Order: sequence, then C-alpha cells, then structure tokens
Amino acid sequence: MIEVQNLSKHYGDKKAVDNISFKAEDGEILGFLGPNGAGKSTTMNILTGYISSTSGKALIDGIDILEEPLKAKSKIGYLPELPPLYLDMTVKEYLNFIYDLKKCKLPRNTHLKDICSLVKIEHVYNRIIKNLSKGYKQRVGLAQALVGNPNVLILDEPTVGLDPKQIIEIRTLIKKLGRNHTVILSSHILSEVQAVCDKIVVINEGKIVADDTEDNLSQRLSSDHRITVRIEGEQRKVTEFLEGMKNVVKVDIGARHSDDVIEYRVEAKEGADIRRELFIGCAERGYIILEMKSSELTLEDIFLRLTMGEAITDGGED
Amino acid sequence: MGAIFRRETLSYFTSPIGYIFLAAFYAFSAFSFTSNSLRYGTTKMDGMFQQIMIILIVLIPILTMRTLSEEKKNRTDQCLLTAPVSLGGIVAGKFLAALLIYALGVAITLVYAVVISAFAAPDWSVITGNIVGLMLLGAAFIAVGMFCSSLTENQVVSAVLSFIALIALYMLSTIGDVIPSDFIEQLLPDLGAVWRTIITEVVVIAVTLLCFFLLGRKAGAIIIGFVAMLVLGLFAAKGELVPVIFEKLSFWERYVGFTYGLFDLSNALFFISASVVFLFLTVRVLEKRRWA
Repeated sequence: MIEVQNLSKHYGDKKAVDNISFKAEDGEILGFLGPNGAGKSTTMNILTGYISSTSGKALIDGIDILEEPLKAKSKIGYLPELPPLYLDMTVKEYLNFIYDLKKCKLPRNTHLKDICSLVKIEHVYNRIIKNLSKGYKQRVGLAQALVGNPNVLILDEPTVGLDPKQIIEIRTLIKKLGRNHTVILSSHILSEVQAVCDKIVVINEGKIVADDTEDNLSQRLSSDHRITVRIEGEQRKVTEFLEGMKNVVKVDIGARHSDDVIEYRVEAKEGADIRRELFIGCAERGYIILEMKSSELTLEDIFLRLTMGEAITDGGED
Repeated sequence: MGAIFRRETLSYFTSPIGYIFLAAFYAFSAFSFTSNSLRYGTTKMDGMFQQIMIILIVLIPILTMRTLSEEKKNRTDQCLLTAPVSLGGIVAGKFLAALLIYALGVAITLVYAVVISAFAAPDWSVITGNIVGLMLLGAAFIAVGMFCSSLTENQVVSAVLSFIALIALYMLSTIGDVIPSDFIEQLLPDLGAVWRTIITEVVVIAVTLLCFFLLGRKAGAIIIGFVAMLVLGLFAAKGELVPVIFEKLSFWERYVGFTYGLFDLSNALFFISASVVFLFLTVRVLEKRRWA
C-alpha cells in the first residue's frame, strides 16, 4: 500500500509538487498521468526516498519513508526514468550486485532466473549492459526493480523507448505484477494508462487535477450528450432542421467533405438522447446520414481539458 | 556496504582506472626507489617514501575522480540511494574499495624492501612505520578526493578539484611561512590587539551581510563569512599563531616524520581524523543534495 499525504516539494520558489494526496491499495495499479514536467518523476523520487519532500508524508505499507528510510526502501522496487545501470557490468553481475545491495534473502540463482525469464532477458544474461539496445536496457532496469520481490513497484515511464511489441509485452507483465504488488506507474501516454491501470491520478504543474478510476472520470466529464453526425444534404436546410429539433442546444459545423456532405456537431440537453429523432427526421426530409457517433470524451480529451483548465463545453471531436 | 565495496573494487578492474593507477604507482615508485636507494647503495628508504607523497598528489585524484561523480552523472545513484543502504554505508563501501586498490599499490614497497635485504639488512621497523604512515596519508587523500568527487558530476572537474586540494594540503606549511601574518597589524598600527580584532570582525561581518543580501541570501555567503571571521580575527588578534596553525594542518609536516622512522601517535590520529572529517563531509554533501 502506498499513501501520500499533502506532499509538497519546492525548488526555491518553484513548486514542483504542490500539496498532493493519493492512495494505492494492495494489488492495485495506479496510473500517474501528466505531461512532461508535471511533477511525476519528482513525486516518485520522493516516494522512493531519493529526494526529500518539503512537507507532507509518504507512507509505504504504513512506514514513513523519511522516518524509517531503510525499512521502507526495502519494500520498494524502483525503475527511475533512466534505468540506473552500470554500463560496464554484465547483466548477471549487475543483477547479482542489486541482489546484494538489497540484502535479498530469496534463493539467489532461482530468484534471478525467475526475474530474467519474466522480463525476457535470459539470452542477454552474460552480455555487457553497455552493448544492449534501449529496449533491453529498459528491461534490465525493470528486472532490477523486481529483485527481492518488493511489495511496492514504482515504475517511471516503463515503456519509454520500447518498440510496439515490447510495449505490449511490458504492459502485460505489469498487469500480471499488479495482481500481487502495489504498482505505481507514470506515463504521459494515455492509452497505456487506460490499458493497464485500475485507478488514475492526473497531475499537472505539481497539482492533482483528477483522482478517480478511469470510468468515473469519463462519466463525470461527458455527462452532456454530444453527437457528431455526417449528413448529405443542403447545409442551410440541414442546419435549420437540426437547430429546430427538440432538446438541441447548439449546432456546430465541423469538417466539410464536399459541398453537400458536412459534419455537424450537435449538442443536446443533458440526459436527452436525440439519435432516434435525428434519424427519422433526416429520413423524412431525404437527408442521408452517412455517419453518426456520440462524441464521448476519450481519456485524451479529458486529459487535455483537465490539464489545460479548459471548460468542458464543446464537442469532443478535434 | 559489502555489495558496494565489491562492485567498486571490481569496477576498478573492469575500467582502465585501476590498471592505470597501479601501473603508474609501480613505475614512479620504482624509479624513485632506484634513484634514491639503489643508486646510492643505502638501505634507507625515506627519500622514496617522501617522493611517493608527491606521486600520490597526482595519482589519488585519478583513483577517486569517478567514485561519486559518475554515479550522479549516470543516474546510478538513484539505484544506491533508493536501496536499503545508508549514505554512510555507500560512502564507506566506496572508500574501502579505493583504499584496497591503494593498498595494492603500497604493497610494492615491500618488494623494494626485500630487494634491499638481498644486499644488507634493512630496518624493518622503520619500513613498517613508513608503510603505516603511507597508508594513513593515502586514506586521508582518498577521503579528500571522494569529497571533491561528491561535489560535481564531471570526472575531470572532480580530478582537478582534488588535485588542487591535495597540492594545497601538501603546501600548507609553506603557505603559512610566506603569508605576512602581521598585515592587519600594519594596516591598523596604532591600535591594541582588542580593537584591531573588533574592527576587523565588524568589517568582515558587514561585508558578509552585504554579500548575503546582494547574492540573494545564499547560505554560502554566511559560511564563507564565518570562516573569514575566524581567519582574519586570528590574524588580527594573534598573527604569530597563523604559521603554526598552517603547519599543524600541513599533510607534509604530519607525514614526513613517518619517513624518518618516527611514529608519532598524534600524526596517525591526524590522518585518521582527516579521513573521517572528509568522509563525513562527503555524506553531508550527498544528504544535502536530497534536501535541495
């Protein structure tokens, strides 16, 4: 379990992290989402005891990282933004060093072997880390975090620099790990967080913008009904019809595909479903609906809206 | 600590540093041994042991330059500092590893002693004392080098810093001799020692406060001001003590006794405390970086 209470970190006048609180339960994968420079890495560095906080508390399984650093650190596996690899060592030497460094009690050879097969680095086990590709370095970094089987895994952008196949592999692995570890994962890739995490915390400029599960987030933000519809028909007449419909609040003209094929963004009153009326109305008047979709917000939209502080009024299509 | 010690020791030999250090140490000490002892057909080895100190001023920075700076640069310090190891353990592990490589270098002097014993019986007790002295001196030098390494991310800067620091420590007594210890007395000739001190301190405090506000309240201004207060205050109050203090702090003066076969406990303690102080400062630098 990880608990963060009113954590702040100031660099001079700059507030890198500003009074944030969140909690990740056992067996939960928490996604830490934010643009570059939002304070994700700083928060993770505080959680792992690499840097100190200006104020506030970080508890790992109930142990304060500042008060009992050694005890708390022994429960954490940390993969920093840049994997902390000694480039002149072989993977084997490196993992053995980490094993000793963490004062690991598990049977050495089987434990390291298990980790290597988990992150698929067995065949580079005897190679010098310097000569490995970025993807393999990242995996060795992940392996390093897993040594000692810590309860808590803190992974700072674990899929950066990997190819699509590796990204899927690592995500699957993290999901698997999430079953019996507490995982905090940071990312600025929304689909990644969407795919992997049980819970999302969105952070921007050091502040938490949203803290909820993903579904609740999108529910909260897309309660008003918006439809994007592509209709073939004379623009003036179609617009008139749309605006004249019951419950319709606003009609915007979107992309223009040809003179008569135009995308309209229709916003209805909250809770009203206008799709059926729209279909029938158009059919009666001879307007052909080529495409109709509800513009429910994706996490991308939510994210952009939240971090840019923009009001959520217009349609979600860009 | 054990894990760090083992890794550091190995890393001296997976990189060229360990080999360069040992090769240079062996080569220069052998030259020194040949030119001082063998050429003059003497069993005395003090000349060689004295020259080794000069060699160390160049070689120790090479040994210590990467200890902490490289960790910072490669971000591997994140791995050490987030592992269940104390800062003291990290610094001690690295210190002991460097000390071990250094001891491998110093061990060569035993070979020289054996070479001498082929011609005449050397004074083993003096040689033992020499080696102990050399180890103590090296330990202090390594601690200074590690401190310099903790200050920067750049190996070259680290090496240059420790090089300058070691030269300064070596020359401290000479510096003390040439500093005009009565310059404040000459500046304010008609005053008694008390007034001289008060005026000096007031000026120093004023300048410090000025710097403090001009530089935007840097803690460094206060520290430098405090040191200046102590030093200049000493000059003003008891100028004749200054060269004495410099001499007491001079690594050369402390070390040279060992080469004459004098084992002075205070000198041994001096080097041990110097090592402890600089290792402690190193830990503080690492600690402070986390709180910055």
